[in-house]
Amino acid sequence: MKNIDIKRLLYTHLLCIFSIILSIFIPSVFLENFSILETHLTWLCICSVFVTAVNLLLYVVVKPSASAKRSSLSYKVTRFLKCCIYFLMSCFVFHVIFVLYGAPLIELVLETFLFAVILSTFTTVPCLCLLGPNIKAWLRVFSRNGVTSIWENSLQITTISSFLGSWFGAFPIPLDWERPWQVWPISCTLGATFGYVAGLVISPLWIYWNRKQLTYKNN
Amino acid sequence: MQKISVLLFLVWVCFLFYAGIALFTSGFLLTRLELTNHSSCQEPPGPGPLPWRSQGEPGACWMASRFSRVVLVLIDALRFDFAQPQRSHVPGEPSVSLPFLGKLGFLQRILESQPHHARLYQSKADPPTTTMQRLKALTTGSLPTFIDAGSNFASYAIVEDNLIKQLSSAGRRVVFMGDDTWKDLFPGAFSQAFFFSSFNVRDLHTVDNGIMEHLYPTMDTGEWDVLIAHFLGVDHCGHKHGPHHPEMAKKLSQMDQVIQGIVERLGNDTLLVVIGDHGMTKSGDHGGDSELETSAALFLYSPTALFLRPPPQEPEVVPQISLVPTLALLLGLPIPFGNIGEVMAELFSVVEDSQPHSSALGQATALYLNAQQVFRFLHTYSAAAQDLQVKEFHRLNNLFSKASADYLRLLQSPQGAEAALQTVITELQEFLRGVRAMCIESWARFSLVRMAGGAALLAAACFLCLLIAQWATSPDFHLPPLLLIPVAWGLAGIVACAGLLATTELKLDPVVVGAVAAVGSVLHILWKAWVGWGSKRPLAALLPVPRPILLLLLIRFAAFFSDSFVVAEARAIRFLLGSLILLLVAQLHWEGKLLPPKLLAVPRIGFPAPAGPSGHRGTHALGLGVGLLLCIRLAGLFHRCPEETPACHSSPWLSPLASMVGGRAKNLWYGACVGALVALFAAVRLWLRRHGNLRSPEPTVLFVRWGLPLMVLGTAAYWALASGADEAPPRLRALVAGASAVLPRAVAGLAASGLLLLLWRPVTVLAKATTTTGAPRIRTVLTPFSGPPTSQADLDYVVPQIYRHMQEEIRGRLERTKSQGPLTVAAYQLGSVYSAAMVTALTLLAFPLLLLHAERISLVFLLLFLQSFLLLHLLAAGIPITTPGPFTVPWQAVSAWALMAAQTFYSTGHQPVFPTIHWHAAFVGFPEGHGSSTWLPALLVGANTFASHLLFAVGCPLLLLWPFLCESQGSQKRRQPHGNEAEARAGPEEEEAAPLMEMRLRDAPHHFNVALLQLGLKYLFVLGIQILACALAASILRRHLMVWKVFAPKFIFEALGFIVSSVGLFLGLALVMRVDGAVSSWFQQLVLAQQR
Repeated sequence: MKNIDIKRLLYTHLLCIFSIILSIFIPSVFLENFSILETHLTWLCICSVFVTAVNLLLYVVVKPSASAKRSSLSYKVTRFLKCCIYFLMSCFVFHVIFVLYGAPLIELVLETFLFAVILSTFTTVPCLCLLGPNIKAWLRVFSRNGVTSIWENSLQITTISSFLGSWFGAFPIPLDWERPWQVWPISCTLGATFGYVAGLVISPLWIYWNRKQLTYKNN
Repeated sequence: MQKISVLLFLVWVCFLFYAGIALFTSGFLLTRLELTNHSSCQEPPGPGPLPWRSQGEPGACWMASRFSRVVLVLIDALRFDFAQPQRSHVPGEPSVSLPFLGKLGFLQRILESQPHHARLYQSKADPPTTTMQRLKALTTGSLPTFIDAGSNFASYAIVEDNLIKQLSSAGRRVVFMGDDTWKDLFPGAFSQAFFFSSFNVRDLHTVDNGIMEHLYPTMDTGEWDVLIAHFLGVDHCGHKHGPHHPEMAKKLSQMDQVIQGIVERLGNDTLLVVIGDHGMTKSGDHGGDSELETSAALFLYSPTALFLRPPPQEPEVVPQISLVPTLALLLGLPIPFGNIGEVMAELFSVVEDSQPHSSALGQATALYLNAQQVFRFLHTYSAAAQDLQVKEFHRLNNLFSKASADYLRLLQSPQGAEAALQTVITELQEFLRGVRAMCIESWARFSLVRMAGGAALLAAACFLCLLIAQWATSPDFHLPPLLLIPVAWGLAGIVACAGLLATTELKLDPVVVGAVAAVGSVLHILWKAWVGWGSKRPLAALLPVPRPILLLLLIRFAAFFSDSFVVAEARAIRFLLGSLILLLVAQLHWEGKLLPPKLLAVPRIGFPAPAGPSGHRGTHALGLGVGLLLCIRLAGLFHRCPEETPACHSSPWLSPLASMVGGRAKNLWYGACVGALVALFAAVRLWLRRHGNLRSPEPTVLFVRWGLPLMVLGTAAYWALASGADEAPPRLRALVAGASAVLPRAVAGLAASGLLLLLWRPVTVLAKATTTTGAPRIRTVLTPFSGPPTSQADLDYVVPQIYRHMQEEIRGRLERTKSQGPLTVAAYQLGSVYSAAMVTALTLLAFPLLLLHAERISLVFLLLFLQSFLLLHLLAAGIPITTPGPFTVPWQAVSAWALMAAQTFYSTGHQPVFPTIHWHAAFVGFPEGHGSSTWLPALLVGANTFASHLLFAVGCPLLLLWPFLCESQGSQKRRQPHGNEAEARAGPEEEEAAPLMEMRLRDAPHHFNVALLQLGLKYLFVLGIQILACALAASILRRHLMVWKVFAPKFIFEALGFIVSSVGLFLGLALVMRVDGAVSSWFQQLVLAQQR
């Protein structure tokens, strides 16, 4: 493992963070009355689109994973369709989990679903970009001693911190401060975003500090 | 290590916790000091002459009496809006027709037609809004404190000065009819009384009909000066149906007619007071301090004019205790000594002569007398108890001196202006209101030393649990010295403390003595830990809890310090429990236990992985996790809302079926409830059969086979009767009433006898196996001794051999009978002998507890069993079986168990506040009430409230046993692909690998006992930090706005829950040990039989 890899990782992550910041400021140029809290759903959609776009862009440009051998068009198309299906499925799975966790079943369905979408954007989309529509590879990455590169390692860290962020985001909901951001699911989406950003920042640093201890099977 | 010493050690740890709780409680929940001084007619309330126009008139005391008679109609829970006049509808505005609005039509007419004779007020009751506290306040004029709230059904005579006492000492005839709470509060004070039992809240009519039978005849005889009628129907209707039920409309209309009848009989010298002692919430409960509970109606009427001015647009708001000084002065009585209420000045404005400013002067005089009395009380009180705020006290002192000087100056020169009088009135009112505010502020008085001591003791006990649970894993762990020395120290502490207290002639306080003993005994162990620590033990060893679990416990601990989180605890618990479950699944995956290892060993990414079958166990654990989440979510549907969150709606499924309108839905629900019962029974039976414990001819098994269905039948029949009791034809009423008394008792009796049977013969094993088979034994048991086994060591040696032997024999027998079913090792019953007893005991416990709840809670009980079953399986998947020990129960298991107990507390419709206690439980099996005994209803209500605590605590040993049970399933799965049974049996090594299941525990008795001790300590620790957090929160936030509403009730509930849980835990562990003993003696008999 070389430092240059870590540098590339850091730059790509900074780009991801930049896309989130853009998603906050750019829409206010085009849309009237745009603010994160008041037009939260719009922001969720825009943020999700931005982050997905940047991830895809990075995937195409940086190519962190070994490219597939077959590169016929039909293979690419099926792969892309599969990715879309996986993304949708992960949205539904997250939605179900939120409801099981206590989100309202009937009211605020759109809000809950968009939260699922943004969390999928932060977790599933990088997985799809890096590992492809391959559940077994995912399961391998998220187990002890399962990572095989710094990219997977950073994927692990960002995904877990996104989950943790949205988990901690649920904590302020019962408090009686009566702030606008305590409404379901705003605190959770914000928490997920902060968790994602924190993961993006932490993972290169953590990998850099632990570069001596980290040994990957294929390196 | 002896079993008995394990139990004794747990008892000692529990004692530490109890002593801490008791010490903290004695410092936290203090009562107000009750003064026994009395006001008297001869003695004026203050120095100087009695004021204007008081002397020289007959019947005058401090002030001339305006009314010689009063009729006080107390309608329990008459909320203000029940009596509020309904304005005629503005066209275009939709008319609201709620059952309780506008039903007091006569009241409304009289208010409109005689505005100078009648007046409606909104009276504000002080919390706690329970009837006894309100009666105390309405007669003494003081503020009864929180601690009395619990003793609502065990009322005691009022020792303070009160209106009734003043009336009887002035020789007035007081006639009472209604609620028998008055009998306990004022024993022997009435010249004539008709008491009716108040306890049966389901009975809407007995009290009211009884009153109406006597009311008018008594009024007509005229042999009374004060007539008090306390109606309970409205309150009981609220408790039974809620205010939105058509029954409420009927009840209120009835009350309206009663008032009309009274008004028609009133003489000119009579005052009519109609008052509600408190309100009720939307669900008909009361006890707290929400707006709906504290607002009550107060209606005054007299045939002579009462008021000079017409009523204001909106009814005035007055404190409830204002009625006390007002009534006292209007009747020409001294104001009760401890009153801190303020007279309603407007009632003193009408005077006969037409002196200038006489109306204002009359008001000022009444206020001045009132202020003098309050000032006198304040001085006496502050001399007796130094708990009033000094600064505020001085300010009020100065205010009073100024006001009284002003008043006396005005008396000297009565030609003073109206404005001057108004200033005096304002000053006096300011003084009285200031006193009231100060008293409310300071009558929650704490003893900080005791609170700190109690919290420290609780913390020490928690620490001790952690310490010993850690020590117990070390190989050279011996319990008896750890137990004996502290107990000796504790006894020494008791003797020293008692001696000290006796020599200094102080009162012997059992709480203090207990605390000293606890401190004395705990010091020794802490000292030992301190000594052993410095050398080798790092801090990390002291915190053996895994980090995620530690974080979870910390979050739980911290959540007790926020009132919002305590209020939303039901949701928070579900959230935490769900997180813990997902964490468990994720951890299993992380450790690689969820999926077969070959899947994870895919060398490179990008390659399509070989399509192998995904691990059965993996999807199994995942399924368990999802199933658990689903169960938790479903159980969350049975949620009762706390009063603090108005946006939340309580589940309609918590009410009993009897309150449902509509036959079809009722029948469907009834079917579902019975279905849940049957499913519960069938599941338990299926489980027992699967593990083979239904085969033995023991009486216990016979009970499970035949007694349990009977219990199900009895419960179903009781529900049918209870839900349809109102619709029963009148001919069958008596039969129905009898059956609904007998059936629950029969079910409880069956359960009790089942438990006794279980205690008597806990071993559910097919004992005849060895004796009935006549086949020649293939292998004889090798015994190194002759004759019956004498020592424990002999027995330990011989038991596994017998076990293997039996296995072989039964297997051979079954083969001969051509039994083709999948033969599992679990069929030998011994493998699950402990958990079979536990499951049977839990089922037997669950049925009577289920009976105490509303019918539809049975679905929650089914979910409870299901989710604890799933959780046990999930946990077992992550616990490795270590033979020959030491066995441990991991922290995540104990934490999940405790969280689930708390979650079930909420999903059975409870909340840690007093108004939501299910009082109905007291009438299950006792539809007529209990007479004078209080412990039985308390027991029933307590069993209802803490059912989940009890069940989960008793079931705690299952956490230890379950992984061993799951061993059989693992091996079963391993074996099934091997083909037929004979093949599997061919190799002798297969026999060696046959799972011993719970017999592994028996093989290592020392480790077994240590594991039980450790389990108990861990569970106590997890519960202990909850009660510690509650105590700390209550003491740190003792001046918080929500302390009486949220933190104090939470502490009380948590403390009671802890006591129930610790008792349950003790019983559960004792049951396991009893089974262990019985298994030992069973083996002994077997060996004896073989020797012969």
